[in-house]
Amino acid sequence: MPELLDKRLVFVTGKGGVGKSTLALALGLAAAQRGKRTIVCEVGSAEHASRVFHRAEIGFHEVELADDLWSISIDPDDSMREYLLLQLKVRAMGDLLTRSRIFTYLAAATPGLKELVTIGKIWELAQPDRRVKKGREYDLVIVDAPATGHGIGFLQTPRTFANIARVGPIHAQAQTLDKYLTDHSQTGAAIVALPEEMPVNESGHLERELTAEVGMAVDRVYMNALYPQRFSDADAERLSGLPDSGGGISAAVRAALSEHRRATNHREQLQRLEKLVSAPITTLPFIFEPELGEDGVRTLAAEV
Amino acid sequence: MAAVDELLKNKKICICAGSGGVGKTTTSAAIAAGMAARGKKVAVLTIDPAKRLADSLGLPELGNTERQVDPALFAQRDIETNGGELWAMMLDAKATFDEVVAKHAPDVETRDRILDNRIYRELSNALAGSQEYMAMERLFELHQEDRYDLLVLDTPPSRNALDFLDAPKRLTQFIEGRSLQVFMRPTGFGMKVFGRGTSMMFSVLKRLTGMDLLEDISEFFGAFSGMVGGFQERAKRVNELLADKRTSFLIVCAPQGEPISEAVYFHRKLVEAHLPFSGVIVNRVHFESELATEGDVDAKLESALGDSDLAARVASNLADYQALAARDHANVERLTREMRARRVIQVPYLDSDVHDLGGLMEVNRYLFASG
Repeated sequence: MPELLDKRLVFVTGKGGVGKSTLALALGLAAAQRGKRTIVCEVGSAEHASRVFHRAEIGFHEVELADDLWSISIDPDDSMREYLLLQLKVRAMGDLLTRSRIFTYLAAATPGLKELVTIGKIWELAQPDRRVKKGREYDLVIVDAPATGHGIGFLQTPRTFANIARVGPIHAQAQTLDKYLTDHSQTGAAIVALPEEMPVNESGHLERELTAEVGMAVDRVYMNALYPQRFSDADAERLSGLPDSGGGISAAVRAALSEHRRATNHREQLQRLEKLVSAPITTLPFIFEPELGEDGVRTLAAEV
Repeated sequence: MAAVDELLKNKKICICAGSGGVGKTTTSAAIAAGMAARGKKVAVLTIDPAKRLADSLGLPELGNTERQVDPALFAQRDIETNGGELWAMMLDAKATFDEVVAKHAPDVETRDRILDNRIYRELSNALAGSQEYMAMERLFELHQEDRYDLLVLDTPPSRNALDFLDAPKRLTQFIEGRSLQVFMRPTGFGMKVFGRGTSMMFSVLKRLTGMDLLEDISEFFGAFSGMVGGFQERAKRVNELLADKRTSFLIVCAPQGEPISEAVYFHRKLVEAHLPFSGVIVNRVHFESELATEGDVDAKLESALGDSDLAARVASNLADYQALAARDHANVERLTREMRARRVIQVPYLDSDVHDLGGLMEVNRYLFASG
């Protein structure tokens, strides 16, 4: 099985707030630096990538953020329009549908349709032979996937639709998407965790669900924002043994002891994670920066 | 700084909202435990219970009905509850959806037609906004039953903290989709009434999906016939409950730039929607005051420790913490300015995870401290 960044399509998943968007960019940057033309897809219109790279909003366009690093914010309505155009081949027919109030209504009401066209667009980006006119070929597509909970449902959408539409074009297309997502040689997943109880538990669940229920390959688990071990137990003992001297150093000592306790807790959570998941784990350091910007992403890109 | 018990005075419902990963579940549990310790009968509704916390509260298998936390756990920690009770339940969107269908279906036959419908079965858990709507639905039901002094809702995790506000509307729209069945019968009267444009649209649609799927979807929406009125009425009442003055929205966030911006945005949306905003809770704050130093710390550390290497590490660690504290301070200032109010409650970054009643009470030292 190829390594994570040697695949064509990688989903970055995990609980909300664990740093998926940042990691997706860091992975994208790492791949781009190895000469792969890479595109990072956002699916929630959060415009995280454009903010980190100080760009104008990206929207439903392929925009180059750095050498060989591209980004797109996938909007389901735009994806639907593009899909209809590609399917029907006649612009007038596509327009007829998207302008039809009834169709818009039906499309909004049909559960899972937004997710399906979003995954369809992701698949399209990953094809060497792009369906859209003059489409650029990418070596790697990285998806900043929705948070767990919604995430599993999102990735299962193609199969659900393949089951619902037993025959016909939707069935065939949904099946193609599902086959691609579950093809371990093409598509992979990275789970992001934090060294805290709930994200660690969730990573265990997520790996089981992705592998057993969705049938995807989980190639790597990232333990994000791990505190460095700046102080040994002996250091901590010496520090806590200091007389409460005040005089300006008690705050420094308190911060050091906090750091020691947090770093120790983080190591315990890392051990729990090692027991819970079977994919290899890569740890990423907590970055002591007020806001994680482009520099932070570059630092992480060197670690992923 | 305000205190949660002041903010929740005369409130029957407390909705904890915020983006993922900011500690909403812990905050909701802490508020519920704190109010129970103040003599209230409280139920906390969560979609994603923290397992270790639930285990430590003696609720390893939380389900769609409420379960009480053993009062002995409070007693063990010398917490006098004065008749207060803490209950908890986990929201099960699918089970709640089934109940709602059963309640609104005009007859048993319709109910079974929906519950057995293939599309419903495949998708009722994945329906856009269904988790959010079902959370509201369950909240409404518990409120109607009036068995608690206070209900605390830990809103479902979503990319967008606002998703659940639109949930009743979106669900009604979805149910109303049943009106489409008329159009979807290719030879039905709809074709005649709606003319050539519509019939063309359907022929294009058929080419895309195949007739089979169109018929299934038509059946799916058709099954909901007769339930629209009930759903609309219900959604209206849920919305009224959200806007009621005895409801309280608390925004939970973290002190980094992005969560703060989201909290500011969310606050604006609440105000615009005339929903009763009560306050903001900022979790994991590095307090500047606790990291203040005087004079040449490096030299003092070196002389106190007699170890220049350790002293340097302690000093650089302090500098990192101070930078985080400065950021947190600036962000909380920005938040407070935006709120034009002092209802911002800060909880420090605790050294370890909260996973038992003791931990919740530790959090409550800050949530319930006034002054």
